[in-house]
Amino acid sequence: MLSPGRARPTPDAAENAVFRGRALPWLFLLPSLLILAVFIYLPALQTLRLAAYRANVILGTEQFVGLANFADLLSSPAYQQVALQTLVFTVLTVTFGLLLSLGLAWLASRPVRGAGAYRLLLIYPYALSPAIAGTLWLFLFNPEIGLINQLLGELFGVRPRWLDTPSLAFGLVTLAAIWKGLAYNIVFYLASIQNLPGDVMEAAEIDGATPAQVFWRVAFPLLSPITFFLVFTNIIAALFDSFALTDILTRGGPYTGHAGATTFLVYQLYQDGFVNFKTGVAAAQAALMLALVAFVTWMQFRLGERRVHYGS
Amino acid sequence: MAVKPAAPPTRAALRSRRARGVWLTHAALILAILIISAPLIFAVIKSTQTSSIVLSPSLLPGGAFFQNLSGVWEDAHLGRYMRNSLVVAVCVTAGKTTLALLAALAFVYFRFPLKGAAFTLVLLSLMLPTEVLIIALFDLVSRDLNWANTYAAIIVPFLASATGTFLFRQHFLSIPTSLADAARIDGCGPLRYLTHILIPMSTNTIGALAVIQFVYAWDQYIWPLVIMQQDDKQVVQVGLRKLIEVGGQTDWGAVMAGAVITALPPLIVFTALQKQFSRGFALTEDK
Repeated sequence: MLSPGRARPTPDAAENAVFRGRALPWLFLLPSLLILAVFIYLPALQTLRLAAYRANVILGTEQFVGLANFADLLSSPAYQQVALQTLVFTVLTVTFGLLLSLGLAWLASRPVRGAGAYRLLLIYPYALSPAIAGTLWLFLFNPEIGLINQLLGELFGVRPRWLDTPSLAFGLVTLAAIWKGLAYNIVFYLASIQNLPGDVMEAAEIDGATPAQVFWRVAFPLLSPITFFLVFTNIIAALFDSFALTDILTRGGPYTGHAGATTFLVYQLYQDGFVNFKTGVAAAQAALMLALVAFVTWMQFRLGERRVHYGS
Repeated sequence: MAVKPAAPPTRAALRSRRARGVWLTHAALILAILIISAPLIFAVIKSTQTSSIVLSPSLLPGGAFFQNLSGVWEDAHLGRYMRNSLVVAVCVTAGKTTLALLAALAFVYFRFPLKGAAFTLVLLSLMLPTEVLIIALFDLVSRDLNWANTYAAIIVPFLASATGTFLFRQHFLSIPTSLADAARIDGCGPLRYLTHILIPMSTNTIGALAVIQFVYAWDQYIWPLVIMQQDDKQVVQVGLRKLIEVGGQTDWGAVMAGAVITALPPLIVFTALQKQFSRGFALTEDK
């Protein structure tokens, strides 16, 4: 459906121009375009402008500083650490999230009894918000009263300080993010697996291919368009949706090196913009993230053209 | 030269291999579902326990769910947060669907100059998530529009939908043009065609999209957190954070009850539209 390759955004090539009217189409587009112009594109331009100022939204002061905000950010050890943490977090959640979802969607697509129920149970956590996920994990992994530590304490006599130890907190947030993302990915993989040509895989199986061979040699290449699409959406989700999760679970902490171990780019932006009220610096971070998203999108289209098997 | 092909397995061998595979599949799926559902099952059980045992490792369900819930519903304003979130999610879902239908109607059934540019403008907005715009959006909404602490602040900026416009356009393109031709010849205008022909033919797409958009609007967190400085219009996701903080000593039974209640509306929408959701997702494959 949303997968790349099938539908190219070239409206001129595909249209059933039936109705006539010069103003009418613009009238239908007006509400959407107006909202996009005022609440998306105007703020985007404004963000780029603000990035060149040392501004404070509370005091209402503004002073032009050119690229100084960017220079400060890129040379700041704290921001470098936050960027690196975001990169590691993104790579881990996207890789393991997609592998797990693909595996589970594949299993739930096998013609076994009750597969429909399995599929439903796998995708319903889609309805849980990142904030709820954060809340549940906060209680589960609470060092004193959380169930996990009570069990670990009983069984092994250890009670890890999940939220105070930098590496544990980072691992916990990563695990929670993977868990939260599973259902969304499984929905897309299930839909794609159902649309795979069954006869091709049957033929492979009859020709003596093991189930593993059928999966890796036949199904996996055929699923590459949806995998590619999901890599993209998952990178975006890891960059942005992680905010609510970290805000509730760890508040960006615990502090290590130059910044909080679970402070990612969006959390840093929020901190600088709405806690420290350094509007210009936050806008510069937003501009950098904008460039990052643009780069990811560009990569998707560029690599997507060449590497991905789209079938005929 | 002659590479001997491996002897194809006999039918019996295939069948026994399959039977073993079936049991492994069941075992793996059940295990995975248990692990994935564990945090949620845990929350549901804990939300029913009284405050005296909620902090113990006991996983026996109790009968205190409504007692836990009523504690936060009024005192911690959970009821108000829930109402606010419902208003916002319903308005955003309805608004996005309407605007996307209208935009797709223009893109598919009309020929007009700058159509490609307009479509690109709609799709490019996917690259600009709220989180990136939040600094300037805050200035705009709170200072220029003076909308801080109003529903408008968390509804209006999200009414346009690139995903919706794109999906409806794809779906409309799959509907035979002859239908629109016939309608036009019978004197049916575009709006009437939309309401009488296109919408009834798009229930799966609308249903699938409604699920996505409701969940998206319901899950909003960072924007309400910064723009709603007063509590009376705050949404439930941010409210959850306040439940945890309330008075220093967290009442975990009540928080779990709050989390369970917060998860319910999307679950209800998802369950109600499950059929459309699954069909809508395979739609472009004509299945």
